[in-house]
Amino acid sequence: MSGYILRRLVLAVPTLVGVTVVVFALIRLIPGDPARLVLGLQASEEEVQRLRVQLGLDQPLPVQYARFLARLLQGDLGRSVVTGEPVLREIGARLPATVQLAVTSTVVATLAGVAAGVVSATRQYSWWDYAVMTVALFGISLPVFWLGLMLMLLFSVHLRWLPAGGYGTPAHLVLPTVTLAAFSVAIIARMTRSSLLEVLHQDYVRTAWAKGLNSRAVVLRHALKNALIPVVTVIGLQFGGLLGGAILTETVFAWPGMGRLLVGAIVARDYPVVQGTVLVFAALFTLVNLAVDVLYAYVDPRIHYG
Amino acid sequence: MLAGLVFLAALAPFLFPEDPTEPRFERVLRPPSWEHPLGTDNLGRDLLTRVAYGGRVSFLIGLLAVATSAAVGVPVGLLSGYYGGRFDLLVQRLVDLLLAFPGFLLALTLVAVLGVGVTNVVVAVGLASAPVYVRLVRGVALSVRNQTFVEAARALGASDRRILFRHVLPNCTAPVIVQSTLQLGTAILTAAGLGFLGLGVKPPTPEWGTMLGEGQTYLFSSWYMATFPGLAIFLSVLAFNLLGDGLRDALDPRMKLA
Repeated sequence: MSGYILRRLVLAVPTLVGVTVVVFALIRLIPGDPARLVLGLQASEEEVQRLRVQLGLDQPLPVQYARFLARLLQGDLGRSVVTGEPVLREIGARLPATVQLAVTSTVVATLAGVAAGVVSATRQYSWWDYAVMTVALFGISLPVFWLGLMLMLLFSVHLRWLPAGGYGTPAHLVLPTVTLAAFSVAIIARMTRSSLLEVLHQDYVRTAWAKGLNSRAVVLRHALKNALIPVVTVIGLQFGGLLGGAILTETVFAWPGMGRLLVGAIVARDYPVVQGTVLVFAALFTLVNLAVDVLYAYVDPRIHYG
Repeated sequence: MLAGLVFLAALAPFLFPEDPTEPRFERVLRPPSWEHPLGTDNLGRDLLTRVAYGGRVSFLIGLLAVATSAAVGVPVGLLSGYYGGRFDLLVQRLVDLLLAFPGFLLALTLVAVLGVGVTNVVVAVGLASAPVYVRLVRGVALSVRNQTFVEAARALGASDRRILFRHVLPNCTAPVIVQSTLQLGTAILTAAGLGFLGLGVKPPTPEWGTMLGEGQTYLFSSWYMATFPGLAIFLSVLAFNLLGDGLRDALDPRMKLA
Protein backbone atom coordinates (compact mmCIF):
# COMPACT_ATOMS: atom_id res chain seq x y z
CA MET A 1 0.00 0.00 0.00
CA SER A 2 2.64 2.54 0.96
CA GLY A 3 4.58 1.46 -2.11
CA TYR A 4 1.57 2.25 -4.23
CA ILE A 5 1.16 5.65 -2.65
CA LEU A 6 4.81 6.40 -3.22
CA ARG A 7 4.58 5.33 -6.85
CA ARG A 8 1.55 7.53 -7.41
CA LEU A 9 3.37 10.45 -5.85
CA VAL A 10 6.34 9.93 -8.12
CA LEU A 11 4.03 9.68 -11.14
CA ALA A 12 2.44 12.99 -10.22
CA VAL A 13 5.77 14.77 -10.60
CA PRO A 14 5.88 14.67 -14.43
CA THR A 15 2.30 15.94 -14.49
CA LEU A 16 3.18 18.84 -12.24
CA VAL A 17 6.27 19.63 -14.33
CA GLY A 18 4.09 19.43 -17.45
CA VAL A 19 1.67 21.85 -15.87
CA THR A 20 4.48 24.34 -15.36
CA VAL A 21 5.50 23.96 -19.02
CA VAL A 22 1.93 24.58 -20.21
CA VAL A 23 1.47 27.63 -18.01
CA PHE A 24 4.89 29.00 -18.94
CA ALA A 25 4.21 28.47 -22.65
CA LEU A 26 0.72 30.01 -22.47
CA ILE A 27 1.92 33.15 -20.77
CA ARG A 28 4.73 33.50 -23.33
CA LEU A 29 2.19 33.19 -26.15
CA ILE A 30 0.69 36.53 -25.22
CA PRO A 31 1.21 38.75 -28.22
CA GLY A 32 3.44 41.73 -27.66
CA ASP A 33 6.40 42.46 -25.47
CA PRO A 34 5.67 41.85 -21.77
CA ALA A 35 8.11 44.55 -20.75
CA ARG A 36 6.37 47.05 -23.02
CA LEU A 37 2.99 45.95 -21.64
CA VAL A 38 4.20 46.58 -18.12
CA LEU A 39 5.74 49.97 -18.73
CA GLY A 40 3.18 51.33 -21.15
CA LEU A 41 3.58 53.13 -24.44
CA GLN A 42 5.19 56.24 -22.98
CA ALA A 43 8.26 54.42 -21.68
CA SER A 44 11.50 54.90 -23.60
CA GLU A 45 13.15 52.09 -25.50
CA GLU A 46 16.02 52.05 -22.99
CA GLU A 47 13.73 51.57 -20.01
CA VAL A 48 11.96 48.73 -21.79
CA GLN A 49 15.29 47.13 -22.64
CA ARG A 50 16.45 47.43 -19.04
CA LEU A 51 13.28 45.72 -17.77
CA ARG A 52 13.68 43.01 -20.40
CA VAL A 53 17.14 42.23 -19.07
CA GLN A 54 15.89 42.48 -15.51
CA LEU A 55 13.06 40.03 -16.20
CA GLY A 56 15.40 37.77 -18.16
CA LEU A 57 13.36 38.20 -21.32
CA ASP A 58 16.48 38.67 -23.44
CA GLN A 59 17.44 35.03 -22.91
CA PRO A 60 16.33 32.12 -25.16
CA LEU A 61 13.06 30.44 -24.11
CA PRO A 62 14.56 27.19 -22.71
CA VAL A 63 16.88 29.26 -20.52
CA GLN A 64 13.92 31.36 -19.39
CA TYR A 65 11.99 28.22 -18.55
CA ALA A 66 14.90 26.70 -16.62
CA ARG A 67 15.24 29.89 -14.60
CA PHE A 68 11.49 30.01 -14.02
CA LEU A 69 11.48 26.42 -12.79
CA ALA A 70 14.53 26.95 -10.58
CA ARG A 71 12.91 29.96 -8.93
CA LEU A 72 9.63 28.11 -8.62
CA LEU A 73 11.33 25.32 -6.69
CA GLN A 74 12.59 27.93 -4.26
CA GLY A 75 9.06 29.19 -3.84
CA ASP A 76 9.67 32.31 -5.91
CA LEU A 77 6.83 33.11 -8.30
CA GLY A 78 8.04 36.58 -9.18
CA ARG A 79 6.53 39.89 -8.21
CA SER A 80 3.21 41.42 -9.07
CA VAL A 81 3.62 44.07 -11.73
CA VAL A 82 0.84 46.11 -10.14
CA THR A 83 1.52 46.00 -6.40
CA GLY A 84 5.18 44.97 -6.44
CA GLU A 85 4.42 42.34 -3.81
CA PRO A 86 5.83 38.82 -4.22
CA VAL A 87 3.22 36.73 -6.04
CA LEU A 88 3.60 33.94 -3.52
CA ARG A 89 2.64 36.26 -0.67
CA GLU A 90 -0.42 37.51 -2.56
CA ILE A 91 -1.52 33.95 -3.22
CA GLY A 92 -0.78 32.92 0.36
CA ALA A 93 -3.08 35.67 1.58
CA ARG A 94 -5.92 34.50 -0.66
CA LEU A 95 -5.51 30.74 -0.69
CA PRO A 96 -7.13 29.99 2.71
CA ALA A 97 -10.39 31.68 1.70
CA THR A 98 -10.61 29.64 -1.50
CA VAL A 99 -9.71 26.40 0.25
CA GLN A 100 -12.29 27.09 2.95
CA LEU A 101 -14.99 27.69 0.36
CA ALA A 102 -14.01 24.67 -1.73
CA VAL A 103 -13.81 22.33 1.25
CA THR A 104 -17.13 23.33 2.83
CA SER A 105 -18.78 23.09 -0.59
CA THR A 106 -17.32 19.65 -1.17
CA VAL A 107 -18.52 18.45 2.24
CA VAL A 108 -22.00 19.90 1.72
CA ALA A 109 -22.18 18.55 -1.83
CA THR A 110 -21.09 15.08 -0.74
CA LEU A 111 -23.53 14.83 2.15
CA ALA A 112 -26.48 16.27 0.26
CA GLY A 113 -25.65 14.48 -2.98
CA VAL A 114 -25.23 11.04 -1.44
CA ALA A 115 -28.37 11.47 0.68
CA ALA A 116 -30.41 12.55 -2.33
CA GLY A 117 -29.01 9.68 -4.39
CA VAL A 118 -29.90 7.13 -1.73
CA VAL A 119 -33.44 8.48 -1.41
CA SER A 120 -33.80 8.36 -5.16
CA ALA A 121 -32.38 4.87 -5.68
CA THR A 122 -34.26 3.18 -2.83
CA ARG A 123 -37.52 4.57 -4.14
CA GLN A 124 -36.88 4.12 -7.85
CA TYR A 125 -39.61 5.49 -10.15
CA SER A 126 -41.44 6.99 -7.19
CA TRP A 127 -42.50 10.57 -6.83
CA TRP A 128 -39.39 11.14 -4.69
CA ASP A 129 -37.12 9.74 -7.35
CA TYR A 130 -38.55 12.01 -10.04
CA ALA A 131 -38.36 15.03 -7.76
CA VAL A 132 -34.71 14.42 -6.91
CA MET A 133 -33.74 13.74 -10.51
CA THR A 134 -35.56 16.83 -11.76
CA VAL A 135 -33.85 19.03 -9.20
CA ALA A 136 -30.53 17.40 -10.13
CA LEU A 137 -31.10 18.19 -13.80
CA PHE A 138 -31.81 21.80 -12.85
CA GLY A 139 -28.66 21.75 -10.76
CA ILE A 140 -26.37 20.85 -13.65
CA SER A 141 -28.01 23.45 -15.90
CA LEU A 142 -27.88 26.44 -13.56
CA PRO A 143 -25.20 29.03 -14.19
CA VAL A 144 -23.46 29.33 -10.80
CA PHE A 145 -23.15 33.08 -11.00
CA TRP A 146 -26.85 33.47 -11.70
CA LEU A 147 -27.81 31.11 -8.90
CA GLY A 148 -25.58 33.18 -6.61
CA LEU A 149 -27.25 36.42 -7.63
CA MET A 150 -30.73 34.99 -7.25
CA LEU A 151 -29.96 33.59 -3.78
CA MET A 152 -28.53 36.96 -2.87
CA LEU A 153 -31.67 38.67 -4.11
CA LEU A 154 -33.88 36.39 -2.04
CA PHE A 155 -31.93 35.98 1.19
CA SER A 156 -30.04 39.25 1.39
CA VAL A 157 -32.26 41.79 -0.32
CA HIS A 158 -35.78 40.53 0.42
CA LEU A 159 -35.53 38.41 3.54
CA ARG A 160 -32.42 40.15 4.92
CA TRP A 161 -31.31 36.91 6.55
CA LEU A 162 -27.79 36.69 5.24
CA PRO A 163 -25.08 39.12 4.16
CA ALA A 164 -24.80 39.69 0.41
CA GLY A 165 -21.06 39.42 0.32
CA GLY A 166 -17.84 39.63 2.24
CA TYR A 167 -15.90 37.29 4.40
CA GLY A 168 -15.38 36.44 8.05
CA THR A 169 -18.38 35.05 9.91
CA PRO A 170 -20.09 31.70 9.27
CA ALA A 171 -23.09 33.64 7.95
CA HIS A 172 -20.90 34.94 5.15
CA LEU A 173 -20.06 31.40 4.19
CA VAL A 174 -23.63 30.14 3.71
CA LEU A 175 -24.64 31.62 0.37
CA PRO A 176 -21.32 31.09 -1.45
CA THR A 177 -21.21 27.49 -0.23
CA VAL A 178 -24.74 26.70 -1.36
CA THR A 179 -24.10 28.41 -4.70
CA LEU A 180 -20.89 26.58 -5.35
CA ALA A 181 -22.14 23.21 -4.10
CA ALA A 182 -25.32 23.13 -6.21
CA PHE A 183 -23.70 21.72 -9.34
CA SER A 184 -21.74 19.07 -7.47
CA VAL A 185 -24.78 18.03 -5.42
CA ALA A 186 -26.57 17.33 -8.67
CA ILE A 187 -23.72 15.32 -10.20
CA ILE A 188 -23.08 13.34 -7.02
CA ALA A 189 -26.79 12.59 -6.58
CA ARG A 190 -27.04 11.24 -10.13
CA MET A 191 -23.93 9.14 -9.73
CA THR A 192 -24.97 7.76 -6.33
CA ARG A 193 -28.38 6.84 -7.67
CA SER A 194 -27.14 4.90 -10.69
CA SER A 195 -24.33 3.25 -8.78
CA LEU A 196 -26.55 2.22 -5.89
CA LEU A 197 -29.22 0.87 -8.23
CA GLU A 198 -26.63 -1.34 -9.84
CA VAL A 199 -25.36 -2.64 -6.51
CA LEU A 200 -28.85 -3.25 -5.12
CA HIS A 201 -29.41 -5.89 -7.80
CA GLN A 202 -26.38 -7.93 -6.85
CA ASP A 203 -26.48 -11.32 -5.16
CA TYR A 204 -24.87 -10.38 -1.90
CA VAL A 205 -27.50 -7.70 -1.35
CA ARG A 206 -30.20 -10.29 -1.93
CA THR A 207 -28.46 -12.48 0.64
CA ALA A 208 -28.51 -9.65 3.12
CA TRP A 209 -32.25 -9.23 2.57
CA ALA A 210 -32.73 -12.97 2.92
CA LYS A 211 -30.95 -12.92 6.24
CA GLY A 212 -33.81 -10.75 7.42
CA LEU A 213 -31.81 -7.59 7.93
CA ASN A 214 -33.83 -4.42 8.01
CA SER A 215 -33.65 -2.13 5.03
CA ARG A 216 -31.49 0.42 6.82
CA ALA A 217 -28.77 -2.17 7.43
CA VAL A 218 -28.96 -3.56 3.91
CA VAL A 219 -28.83 -0.24 2.15
CA LEU A 220 -26.47 1.68 4.36
CA ARG A 221 -24.09 -0.99 5.56
CA HIS A 222 -23.99 -3.42 2.66
CA ALA A 223 -24.98 -1.71 -0.54
CA LEU A 224 -23.93 1.90 -0.08
CA LYS A 225 -20.38 1.00 0.90
CA ASN A 226 -19.71 -0.51 -2.50
CA ALA A 227 -21.86 1.94 -4.38
CA LEU A 228 -19.75 4.82 -3.12
CA ILE A 229 -16.60 3.65 -4.90
CA PRO A 230 -17.35 5.33 -8.24
CA VAL A 231 -18.83 8.26 -6.34
CA VAL A 232 -15.45 8.93 -4.76
CA THR A 233 -13.91 9.40 -8.20
CA VAL A 234 -16.66 11.77 -9.22
CA ILE A 235 -16.16 13.83 -6.09
CA GLY A 236 -12.49 14.18 -6.98
CA LEU A 237 -13.27 15.24 -10.53
CA GLN A 238 -15.92 17.60 -9.22
CA PHE A 239 -13.26 19.39 -7.27
CA GLY A 240 -11.89 20.75 -10.54
CA GLY A 241 -15.29 22.06 -11.53
CA LEU A 242 -15.58 23.46 -8.04
CA LEU A 243 -12.35 25.41 -8.43
CA GLY A 244 -13.62 26.82 -11.73
CA GLY A 245 -16.95 27.64 -10.14
CA ALA A 246 -15.14 29.23 -7.22
CA ILE A 247 -13.69 31.85 -9.57
CA LEU A 248 -17.25 32.90 -10.45
CA THR A 249 -18.72 32.47 -6.97
CA GLU A 250 -15.98 34.56 -5.39
CA THR A 251 -16.69 37.33 -7.87
CA VAL A 252 -20.41 37.29 -7.09
CA PHE A 253 -20.01 37.36 -3.33
CA ALA A 254 -16.87 39.52 -3.10
CA TRP A 255 -15.13 36.57 -1.48
CA PRO A 256 -11.42 37.41 -1.02
CA GLY A 257 -10.02 34.24 -2.59
CA MET A 258 -7.68 33.25 -5.39
CA GLY A 259 -10.40 33.38 -8.03
CA ARG A 260 -10.88 37.08 -7.58
CA LEU A 261 -7.13 37.57 -7.47
CA LEU A 262 -6.88 35.80 -10.83
CA VAL A 263 -9.71 37.74 -12.48
CA GLY A 264 -8.33 41.03 -11.19
CA ALA A 265 -4.88 40.12 -12.49
CA ILE A 266 -6.24 39.24 -15.93
CA VAL A 267 -8.04 42.56 -16.16
CA ALA A 268 -4.94 44.44 -14.96
CA ARG A 269 -2.65 42.39 -17.26
CA ASP A 270 -0.62 41.44 -14.22
CA TYR A 271 0.91 38.36 -15.83
CA PRO A 272 3.15 37.16 -13.00
CA VAL A 273 0.05 36.95 -10.80
CA VAL A 274 -1.97 35.24 -13.55
CA GLN A 275 0.83 32.73 -14.03
CA GLY A 276 1.13 32.05 -10.31
CA THR A 277 -2.57 31.63 -9.58
CA VAL A 278 -3.18 29.38 -12.58
CA LEU A 279 -0.24 27.28 -11.51
CA VAL A 280 -1.51 26.96 -7.94
CA PHE A 281 -5.05 26.12 -9.13
CA ALA A 282 -3.77 23.37 -11.43
CA ALA A 283 -1.40 21.99 -8.80
CA LEU A 284 -4.24 21.91 -6.26
CA PHE A 285 -6.45 20.00 -8.69
CA THR A 286 -3.68 17.52 -9.53
CA LEU A 287 -2.95 16.86 -5.87
CA VAL A 288 -6.62 16.37 -5.01
CA ASN A 289 -6.96 13.85 -7.81
CA LEU A 290 -3.88 12.11 -6.56
CA ALA A 291 -5.41 11.92 -3.09
CA VAL A 292 -8.59 10.52 -4.62
CA ASP A 293 -6.64 7.83 -6.47
CA VAL A 294 -4.97 6.80 -3.26
CA LEU A 295 -8.25 6.86 -1.38
CA TYR A 296 -9.78 4.79 -4.14
CA ALA A 297 -7.22 2.05 -3.71
CA TYR A 298 -7.99 2.12 -0.01
CA VAL A 299 -11.76 1.87 -0.47
CA ASP A 300 -11.67 -0.75 -3.19
CA PRO A 301 -9.38 -3.67 -2.28
CA ARG A 302 -9.96 -5.17 -5.73
CA ILE A 303 -7.62 -2.56 -7.18
CA HIS A 304 -4.18 -4.02 -7.43
CA TYR A 305 -1.30 -1.77 -6.88
CA GLY A 306 0.55 -3.23 -9.86
CA MET B 1 -38.58 24.85 -25.16
CA LEU B 2 -35.39 24.77 -27.19
CA ALA B 3 -37.35 25.48 -30.34
CA GLY B 4 -38.92 28.48 -28.64
CA LEU B 5 -35.58 29.90 -27.60
CA VAL B 6 -34.00 29.33 -30.99
CA PHE B 7 -37.07 30.84 -32.65
CA LEU B 8 -36.83 33.92 -30.44
CA ALA B 9 -33.14 34.32 -31.20
CA ALA B 10 -33.40 33.63 -34.92
CA LEU B 11 -36.27 36.00 -35.54
CA ALA B 12 -35.09 38.72 -33.17
CA PRO B 13 -34.68 41.38 -35.88
CA PHE B 14 -38.23 40.77 -37.14
CA LEU B 15 -39.94 40.51 -33.79
CA PHE B 16 -38.15 43.39 -32.11
CA PRO B 17 -37.65 46.41 -34.31
CA GLU B 18 -35.58 48.26 -31.72
CA ASP B 19 -31.80 48.46 -31.90
CA PRO B 20 -30.48 46.31 -29.02
CA THR B 21 -27.42 48.53 -28.53
CA GLU B 22 -28.84 52.04 -28.90
CA PRO B 23 -29.14 53.82 -25.51
CA ARG B 24 -32.50 55.43 -24.68
CA PHE B 25 -31.82 57.58 -21.66
CA GLU B 26 -35.40 58.76 -21.22
CA ARG B 27 -36.49 55.34 -19.93
CA VAL B 28 -33.65 53.78 -17.94
CA LEU B 29 -34.24 50.92 -15.46
CA ARG B 30 -37.98 50.58 -15.95
CA PRO B 31 -39.46 47.53 -14.26
CA PRO B 32 -41.34 45.00 -16.41
CA SER B 33 -44.53 46.40 -17.92
CA TRP B 34 -46.82 45.76 -20.90
CA GLU B 35 -44.62 47.91 -23.04
CA HIS B 36 -41.38 46.29 -21.88
CA PRO B 37 -42.25 42.79 -20.62
CA LEU B 38 -38.81 42.28 -19.07
CA GLY B 39 -38.13 45.92 -18.25
CA THR B 40 -35.34 48.16 -19.51
CA ASP B 41 -31.67 48.25 -18.54
CA ASN B 42 -29.41 50.96 -17.17
CA LEU B 43 -29.12 52.53 -20.62
CA GLY B 44 -32.84 52.33 -21.32
CA ARG B 45 -32.59 49.42 -23.73
CA ASP B 46 -35.51 46.99 -23.86
CA LEU B 47 -34.42 43.82 -22.05
CA LEU B 48 -36.62 41.47 -24.05
CA THR B 49 -35.00 42.76 -27.23
CA ARG B 50 -31.55 42.35 -25.73
CA VAL B 51 -32.24 38.86 -24.39
CA ALA B 52 -33.49 37.80 -27.83
CA TYR B 53 -30.48 39.29 -29.61
CA GLY B 54 -28.23 37.92 -26.87
CA GLY B 55 -29.51 34.46 -27.72
CA ARG B 56 -28.13 34.87 -31.23
CA VAL B 57 -24.70 35.68 -29.82
CA SER B 58 -24.76 32.99 -27.11
CA PHE B 59 -26.02 30.22 -29.39
CA LEU B 60 -23.55 31.21 -32.08
CA ILE B 61 -20.65 31.15 -29.64
CA GLY B 62 -21.81 27.79 -28.28
CA LEU B 63 -22.13 26.24 -31.74
CA LEU B 64 -18.82 27.57 -33.01
CA ALA B 65 -17.01 26.57 -29.82
CA VAL B 66 -18.35 23.01 -30.00
CA ALA B 67 -17.48 22.87 -33.70
CA THR B 68 -13.96 24.00 -32.82
CA SER B 69 -13.49 21.35 -30.14
CA ALA B 70 -14.85 18.64 -32.41
CA ALA B 71 -12.75 19.81 -35.34
CA VAL B 72 -9.61 19.59 -33.23
CA GLY B 73 -10.53 16.68 -31.00
CA VAL B 74 -12.11 14.20 -33.43
CA PRO B 75 -9.22 13.85 -35.93
CA VAL B 76 -6.61 13.76 -33.19
CA GLY B 77 -8.56 11.14 -31.24
CA LEU B 78 -9.18 9.12 -34.39
CA LEU B 79 -5.53 8.96 -35.39
CA SER B 80 -4.41 8.44 -31.84
CA GLY B 81 -6.73 5.51 -31.25
CA TYR B 82 -6.30 3.92 -34.67
CA TYR B 83 -2.56 4.05 -35.03
CA GLY B 84 -1.64 3.79 -31.38
CA GLY B 85 2.07 3.67 -30.70
CA ARG B 86 4.22 6.67 -29.96
CA PHE B 87 1.87 9.23 -31.41
CA ASP B 88 -0.91 7.92 -29.19
CA LEU B 89 1.32 8.04 -26.15
CA LEU B 90 2.33 11.63 -26.88
CA VAL B 91 -1.26 12.72 -27.45
CA GLN B 92 -2.49 11.02 -24.32
CA ARG B 93 0.16 12.67 -22.15
CA LEU B 94 -0.80 16.03 -23.63
CA VAL B 95 -4.48 15.34 -22.95
CA ASP B 96 -3.64 14.33 -19.39
CA LEU B 97 -1.84 17.62 -18.97
CA LEU B 98 -4.71 19.68 -20.29
CA LEU B 99 -7.16 17.76 -18.14
CA ALA B 100 -5.01 18.69 -15.14
CA PHE B 101 -6.53 22.14 -15.53
CA PRO B 102 -10.15 22.59 -14.51
CA GLY B 103 -12.05 23.37 -17.74
CA PHE B 104 -13.19 26.84 -16.82
CA LEU B 105 -9.70 27.78 -15.64
CA LEU B 106 -8.23 26.69 -18.98
CA ALA B 107 -10.76 28.74 -20.94
CA LEU B 108 -10.15 31.71 -18.65
CA THR B 109 -6.37 31.45 -19.08
CA LEU B 110 -6.72 31.19 -22.85
CA VAL B 111 -8.86 34.34 -22.87
CA ALA B 112 -6.25 36.05 -20.71
CA VAL B 113 -3.69 35.16 -23.36
CA LEU B 114 -5.78 35.83 -26.46
CA GLY B 115 -7.77 38.82 -25.25
CA VAL B 116 -11.53 39.33 -25.22
CA GLY B 117 -13.98 39.34 -28.12
CA VAL B 118 -16.29 36.84 -29.84
CA THR B 119 -13.60 35.02 -31.84
CA ASN B 120 -11.26 34.63 -28.91
CA VAL B 121 -14.02 33.37 -26.64
CA VAL B 122 -14.95 30.76 -29.26
CA VAL B 123 -11.32 29.65 -29.61
CA ALA B 124 -10.76 29.58 -25.85
CA VAL B 125 -13.93 27.67 -24.99
CA GLY B 126 -13.45 25.36 -27.98
CA LEU B 127 -9.84 24.48 -27.27
CA ALA B 128 -10.51 24.03 -23.56
CA SER B 129 -12.97 21.20 -24.25
CA ALA B 130 -11.14 19.59 -27.20
CA PRO B 131 -9.45 17.00 -24.89
CA VAL B 132 -12.91 15.58 -24.10
CA TYR B 133 -13.37 14.71 -27.77
CA VAL B 134 -9.88 13.27 -28.10
CA ARG B 135 -10.61 10.90 -25.22
CA LEU B 136 -14.05 9.94 -26.51
CA VAL B 137 -13.09 9.28 -30.13
CA ARG B 138 -9.86 7.55 -29.20
CA GLY B 139 -11.82 5.14 -27.05
CA VAL B 140 -14.14 4.24 -29.91
CA ALA B 141 -11.31 3.96 -32.45
CA LEU B 142 -9.39 1.73 -30.07
CA SER B 143 -12.29 -0.64 -29.60
CA VAL B 144 -13.19 -0.74 -33.29
CA ARG B 145 -9.66 -1.13 -34.59
CA ASN B 146 -9.37 -4.84 -33.99
CA GLN B 147 -12.91 -5.89 -34.76
CA THR B 148 -13.61 -8.36 -37.51
CA PHE B 149 -15.15 -5.95 -39.98
CA VAL B 150 -12.10 -3.71 -39.86
CA GLU B 151 -9.82 -6.70 -40.30
CA ALA B 152 -11.94 -7.82 -43.21
CA ALA B 153 -11.66 -4.41 -44.80
CA ARG B 154 -7.91 -4.49 -44.32
CA ALA B 155 -7.71 -7.99 -45.78
CA LEU B 156 -9.56 -6.72 -48.83
CA GLY B 157 -6.76 -4.24 -49.31
CA ALA B 158 -8.52 -1.11 -48.11
CA SER B 159 -6.17 1.75 -47.31
CA ASP B 160 -5.89 3.14 -43.79
CA ARG B 161 -7.50 6.28 -45.02
CA ARG B 162 -10.49 4.40 -46.37
CA ILE B 163 -10.85 2.32 -43.22
CA LEU B 164 -10.70 5.42 -41.06
CA PHE B 165 -13.36 7.28 -42.98
CA ARG B 166 -15.65 4.42 -43.98
CA HIS B 167 -15.45 2.18 -40.95
CA VAL B 168 -14.04 3.84 -37.86
CA LEU B 169 -15.48 7.32 -38.17
CA PRO B 170 -19.12 6.23 -38.59
CA ASN B 171 -18.86 4.35 -35.32
CA CYS B 172 -17.91 7.56 -33.61
CA THR B 173 -20.88 9.53 -34.91
CA ALA B 174 -23.42 8.62 -32.24
CA PRO B 175 -21.24 9.31 -29.20
CA VAL B 176 -19.89 12.49 -30.80
CA ILE B 177 -23.40 13.81 -31.48
CA VAL B 178 -24.53 13.01 -27.94
CA GLN B 179 -21.41 14.57 -26.48
CA SER B 180 -21.77 17.67 -28.65
CA THR B 181 -25.31 18.30 -27.49
CA LEU B 182 -24.27 18.11 -23.85
CA GLN B 183 -21.16 20.12 -24.69
CA LEU B 184 -23.27 22.89 -26.21
CA GLY B 185 -24.82 23.52 -22.82
CA THR B 186 -21.40 23.54 -21.18
CA ALA B 187 -19.98 25.85 -23.86
CA ILE B 188 -22.82 28.35 -23.40
CA LEU B 189 -22.26 28.21 -19.63
CA THR B 190 -18.51 28.72 -19.94
CA ALA B 191 -18.86 31.57 -22.42
CA ALA B 192 -21.47 33.21 -20.22
CA GLY B 193 -19.18 32.81 -17.22
CA LEU B 194 -16.41 34.60 -19.09
CA GLY B 195 -18.88 37.30 -20.10
CA PHE B 196 -20.03 37.67 -16.52
CA LEU B 197 -16.44 38.30 -15.43
CA GLY B 198 -16.17 40.98 -18.11
CA LEU B 199 -13.79 38.77 -20.10
CA GLY B 200 -16.15 37.68 -22.83
CA VAL B 201 -17.94 39.56 -25.55
CA LYS B 202 -17.39 43.29 -25.42
CA PRO B 203 -20.34 45.56 -24.64
CA PRO B 204 -22.57 46.90 -26.11
CA THR B 205 -23.02 43.61 -27.97
CA PRO B 206 -25.81 41.80 -26.13
CA GLU B 207 -24.57 38.49 -24.72
CA TRP B 208 -26.29 36.77 -21.81
CA GLY B 209 -23.27 36.47 -19.54
CA THR B 210 -22.13 40.04 -20.15
CA MET B 211 -25.68 41.30 -19.55
CA LEU B 212 -25.77 39.41 -16.25
CA GLY B 213 -22.50 41.02 -15.24
CA GLU B 214 -23.95 44.46 -15.98
CA GLY B 215 -27.07 43.47 -14.09
CA GLN B 216 -25.15 42.59 -10.96
CA THR B 217 -24.32 46.26 -10.46
CA TYR B 218 -28.02 47.08 -10.34
CA LEU B 219 -29.13 43.95 -8.48
CA PHE B 220 -30.39 45.75 -5.41
CA SER B 221 -32.42 48.38 -7.24
CA SER B 222 -33.45 46.60 -10.43
CA TRP B 223 -33.72 42.85 -10.02
CA TYR B 224 -34.97 42.25 -13.56
CA MET B 225 -31.70 43.27 -15.21
CA ALA B 226 -29.80 40.24 -13.90
CA THR B 227 -32.75 37.87 -13.57
CA PHE B 228 -33.85 37.48 -17.18
CA PRO B 229 -30.55 36.96 -19.00
CA GLY B 230 -29.67 34.33 -16.38
CA LEU B 231 -33.04 32.65 -16.82
CA ALA B 232 -32.36 32.50 -20.55
CA ILE B 233 -28.98 30.84 -19.95
CA PHE B 234 -30.53 28.38 -17.50
CA LEU B 235 -33.37 27.41 -19.83
CA SER B 236 -31.09 26.93 -22.85
CA VAL B 237 -28.59 24.82 -20.94
CA LEU B 238 -31.43 22.80 -19.45
CA ALA B 239 -32.86 22.28 -22.91
CA PHE B 240 -29.53 21.06 -24.30
CA ASN B 241 -29.02 18.75 -21.34
CA LEU B 242 -32.48 17.25 -21.79
CA LEU B 243 -31.87 16.84 -25.51
CA GLY B 244 -28.48 15.27 -24.84
CA ASP B 245 -29.87 12.84 -22.27
CA GLY B 246 -32.66 11.90 -24.65
CA LEU B 247 -30.31 11.43 -27.60
CA ARG B 248 -27.99 9.33 -25.48
CA ASP B 249 -30.78 7.00 -24.48
CA ALA B 250 -31.96 6.76 -28.08
CA LEU B 251 -28.65 6.52 -29.95
CA ASP B 252 -26.25 4.94 -27.58
CA PRO B 253 -27.70 2.80 -24.82
CA ARG B 254 -24.21 1.80 -23.71
CA MET B 255 -23.52 5.30 -22.51
CA LYS B 256 -26.53 5.29 -20.22
CA LEU B 257 -24.69 5.82 -17.02
CA ALA B 258 -25.66 8.56 -14.66
